[in-house]
Amino acid sequence: MIPEIGHLALIIALVASLLQCVLPIWGAHTNQTQLMQVARPTAYTQLFFVLIAFIALMTSFINKDFSVINVVQNSNADLPTIYRICATWGSHEGSILLWGLMLALWSSAVALFSKNLTLPILARTLGVLGFISFGTILFTLVTSNPFLRMFPAAANGSDLNPLLQDPGMIIHPPMLYMGYVGTSVVFSLAIAALLSGKLDTAWARWSRPWITIAWCFLTIGIALGSGWAYYELGWGGWWFWDPVENASFMPWLLGTALIHSLAVTEKRGGFKMWTALLAILTFSMSLLGTFLVRSGVITSVHAFATDPERGIFILVFLAILIGGSLILFSIRAPKAVAGEEFDLVSKDSMLLTNNILLLVAAAAVLLGTLYPLILEALGLGKLSVGKPYFDAVFVPLMTPALFLMGVGPITRWRSAKPIDLLTQLRWALGATVVSAVFAPFVLRSWTPGIGFGLFLAVWITAASFVNLFNRIKSHPATVMVALRQQSSSYYGMLIAHIGVAVFIFGVTMVNGFEEEKDLRMSAGTSNSLAGYDFVLNNIQQVQGENYVAAQANITVTKDNQLITVMKPEKRKYFSSQMLMTEAAIHTSFTGDLYISMAEAISNTEWGVKIQFKPFINWIWGGAFLIALGGFFAVMDKKYRFKKNNKPL
Amino acid sequence: MKRLPLIIFAILVVFLVIGLTLKPKEIPSPFIGKLAPAFELNILNQNDRFEPKSMLGRVWLLNVWASWCTSCREEHPLLIEFSKQKLVPIIGLNYKDKDPEAIKWLNDLGNPYDFSVVDTKGKVGIDYGVYGVPETFVIDKAGKIVHKHIGPLTPEALNKDILPLLKKLNS
Repeated sequence: MIPEIGHLALIIALVASLLQCVLPIWGAHTNQTQLMQVARPTAYTQLFFVLIAFIALMTSFINKDFSVINVVQNSNADLPTIYRICATWGSHEGSILLWGLMLALWSSAVALFSKNLTLPILARTLGVLGFISFGTILFTLVTSNPFLRMFPAAANGSDLNPLLQDPGMIIHPPMLYMGYVGTSVVFSLAIAALLSGKLDTAWARWSRPWITIAWCFLTIGIALGSGWAYYELGWGGWWFWDPVENASFMPWLLGTALIHSLAVTEKRGGFKMWTALLAILTFSMSLLGTFLVRSGVITSVHAFATDPERGIFILVFLAILIGGSLILFSIRAPKAVAGEEFDLVSKDSMLLTNNILLLVAAAAVLLGTLYPLILEALGLGKLSVGKPYFDAVFVPLMTPALFLMGVGPITRWRSAKPIDLLTQLRWALGATVVSAVFAPFVLRSWTPGIGFGLFLAVWITAASFVNLFNRIKSHPATVMVALRQQSSSYYGMLIAHIGVAVFIFGVTMVNGFEEEKDLRMSAGTSNSLAGYDFVLNNIQQVQGENYVAAQANITVTKDNQLITVMKPEKRKYFSSQMLMTEAAIHTSFTGDLYISMAEAISNTEWGVKIQFKPFINWIWGGAFLIALGGFFAVMDKKYRFKKNNKPL
Repeated sequence: MKRLPLIIFAILVVFLVIGLTLKPKEIPSPFIGKLAPAFELNILNQNDRFEPKSMLGRVWLLNVWASWCTSCREEHPLLIEFSKQKLVPIIGLNYKDKDPEAIKWLNDLGNPYDFSVVDTKGKVGIDYGVYGVPETFVIDKAGKIVHKHIGPLTPEALNKDILPLLKKLNS
């Protein structure tokens, strides 16, 4: 019964989304207030029914309803309850439903917080969102229905992929999807603005908080995914340039560009066309990412169930939505007026440079991701593009952008004097050069990579503090008052930029100073790495809820002081017989000890890999600071949804 | 300039359409057209040994399977149906498995194989470039590998690729 309720609710939601799309847009076109007013209630209705469908699916998983095919394929009677709940979005069908739910949530959020939008703009924005919802729900019902039954019911399910049985999987997909899907709001706002011919500063002001929030979710989602790969895949890598990772990284890069270009549009009225295009492209990349992941066009380690028919559906949807908006853009964009002029050395031009670099970086990632496909389509054979390509392309593109992060924030709008910039930043530059040249010697080795990474990290940090110092100094009041009077979005920028520096520092230290040893260990064997001593006490068999594992017990000491006891495992899951490496990780501020078990060499001996990863947590710490900066920016007073704000 | 994004997008769509028509899982095997690697292995549940060269002059299928492999369960009914047609000998390569479990599996689910050979350590699997179970090789009269199917057999793969190929090779 419950799956049927879910199925029916989803069909009703489809109808609601169709109404949400057609009536308000038609109303805006023919200027009929009543039709435009349908936008809000239909959005709420759609959310209500998608939510019912989602809860119905979750209930089927919790109740172990093995007559539902999706439950059979992705769950098991032995699976712990929390993972049965997560299994709701562990499959293709479920994750598309989650996509739809997130979209409905964003649409309703727009409906709720849109008091100061004019009715035609609101109607068009919700109408475009309704169209996206319609496509998503139709896709779910036609190609990926999670509510299909099988009779007779199965006795048991074939289980959730053990890789997904992890606490990180509870929040990683919802966070990532919130970010992915959230980019649809600025997209819809841009389309609405293009349709109305009103690409103005009010539109930019309105778009900023929406993209910033979505971008924060995306940042956290990507960081969580990277963290999951690090501790769950069992060999200590944190980024693989895998197609699925790239699919989430491309919208992030474009979203970053969009946030910066919106600043120019809002404050100076410039870059309007460019901003609108970025808004379209950011969401396009989210959608393209979904296509790549879900269609099986590109095989990846994330390849869950993939299916060409689904690919055709998404591709047609993609062509209509993106093709349509780019056509609209090419027709309407020329009507938007040009912004104010600016000099070569100015905040405007630096932000434009940053934008272009981010766009080119996203294009390079896209090219690397699609290159195997393009080559194959041209009949030139098969190959894969990996880390060497991405590192070679990405680092040179990002370096100038990162350097400009130090200069841009202190540069004036419209026109600045290079000599002033140099004077202001001379201390920062000095500190940076000193730390880049000498610090690695203190840390035992100097390579161009380490020096370079430290240069950028220290540069961004030092320049950010110079920026804050200058603002306080030029303020007439006391330091405390001056600090308090800076806007929340200004602090947001500083935090996010320092987050980038922290991230770069983490990456540099891990790449420059990580150590690893592949050992052959049996009870009593000892070894040492990075100043730590390791003794393998024993290897025991332990029993989990749905797996059995060989668990090593390793004592770690440093200078004869006990640090910790680490217990890496090699698990075998009952239902799927899959072997999983469960690494043991000892985390500290300055780095991780990472121990994973390879293979049993004999009855008593095991292959054991021991790694030291200095400052690896700074990578994710940096990412969370970046997201935190975004949240600070959104908290800014000027974005509070007050009635007295000037309406669009 | 304003049309540039549209043009790039159109080109992208063309490639994606072509990409969809390609078989994403088809990975070229360096073994196609080469002689099937030689081996000598015990036959499962029989006191005998098997070498591929004893099949010279006949077209046959080598199907890699294991009792621990869930996808093998998926293709199994299809393989049973196919074996009833008695078109070609089907020889199983029981890969990294334990004999009692393998025998129980065949007793429970039915045995589509003429016989299976035992590759407990997976050494022959390495020679054949097996990286996912199940895999199916088509070997011709000259002992050459002419086709390789990775993953569970589907009715589509069987009817469109393998059956026409077998007819051609047998004629």
